[in-house]
Amino acid sequence: MSGYLSLFAQSVFTENLVLALFLGICPFLALSRRTDTALGLGGAVIVVMTVTVPLNTLLLAYVLRPGALVWAGHGDIDLSFLALVSFIGVIAAVVQVLEMALDRFFPVLHQSLGIFLPLIAVNCAILGASLFMAERRYTLTESVVYGFGSGVGWALAIVVLAGLRLKLRYSDVPAGLQGAGITFICAGLMAMGFMVFSGLRF
Amino acid sequence: MTSDAKTLISEPLIDDNPITYQILALCSALAVTTAMWPSLLMSLAVTGVLAFGGAVISAIRQQIPDNVRIVVQMTIVASLVIVVDQILKAYAYDTSRVLSVFVSLIVTNCIVLGRIEAFAMKNGVTASFLDGLGNGLGYSLALLSIAAIREVLGSGTFFGLTVLPLVRDGGWYYPNGLMILPPGVFLIVGLMIWAIRTWRVEQVEAPEFRIRHVHRSEAGA
Repeated sequence: MSGYLSLFAQSVFTENLVLALFLGICPFLALSRRTDTALGLGGAVIVVMTVTVPLNTLLLAYVLRPGALVWAGHGDIDLSFLALVSFIGVIAAVVQVLEMALDRFFPVLHQSLGIFLPLIAVNCAILGASLFMAERRYTLTESVVYGFGSGVGWALAIVVLAGLRLKLRYSDVPAGLQGAGITFICAGLMAMGFMVFSGLRF
Repeated sequence: MTSDAKTLISEPLIDDNPITYQILALCSALAVTTAMWPSLLMSLAVTGVLAFGGAVISAIRQQIPDNVRIVVQMTIVASLVIVVDQILKAYAYDTSRVLSVFVSLIVTNCIVLGRIEAFAMKNGVTASFLDGLGNGLGYSLALLSIAAIREVLGSGTFFGLTVLPLVRDGGWYYPNGLMILPPGVFLIVGLMIWAIRTWRVEQVEAPEFRIRHVHRSEAGA
């Protein structure tokens, strides 16, 4: 159990996808103007990651890995070069299905999350989490924990940045730094803060 | 070369730079720029994918149904990325290990999808190819500048050759570890954006709010 807890803490803090591994930076900077937008996008990322990473683990274990097709009688086939295309396919499909399901069953939630879902298909943090899962060979349970943790870490970072930018609106920033420039510098200072966690062991 | 083609290539270099002005394609730019070699390879890979991806999508743009276009675009881009990945693994294996997942992540690189959506879906094959090439070169320019700062100040080398001899090897330069670590690169890009916008004033963003100093005679009213 403690192994899962430390994996969770690791994916939220020490290996934070945005601030330590630079994944999903574009939406992180572009959509952090308002706190409610950031919360909505963060929530959507958590859901999509928790679903896609385990799905891709299953796909990898039963279809793509060398020897994974033993159950179908084709133990000598190695389809691992198709991993990238299949991961992207799974992510795009999950996003599409999720959007339709939300629209049908939770219209209120769809109203607030709906516009973010298509954007998530091209969020590199989502694909990145699946690729790291493949590289580190997580088991199914680990991949659920890792997907959820990475999503939480991403959401935490964007919500905190949105809060910082809210305060920044009233400060007197030099003209050239206005907007993008100062956001980068804030993100840099935040990354420094998150580096403090790197010594933690759970 | 017509003037149109020239603008397509020159515009994204500084004025419409993907990284410092459009604020796109940052993930890879921030992650791989600790040294010059990986940055150079990454630039070549992204420029190739941008130019050829744009051309291919533009060639079949009339046939792509509108509501599944994202999936089609991503499949084409992903196939190109797999080709690039295999080439890198074959000819530059060590550097491709350094780049690890970031080559695969070109698929979701927003500049690739951004240019395809904004340009290649509406324009001809040659124009789309040039547009991809121009944006790729703008991306490369930004990437190599960031990498140059980080490698020289962070480890005292340039393309692996010693520029500033380190104290550790009997020289005089104390390497600045911040340049290699994640926070440093955010600061470098922030400062680069500041420098460019001081030079090209038209890129400055309008502030959302402005502080208005109120004279005490107005304050009561």
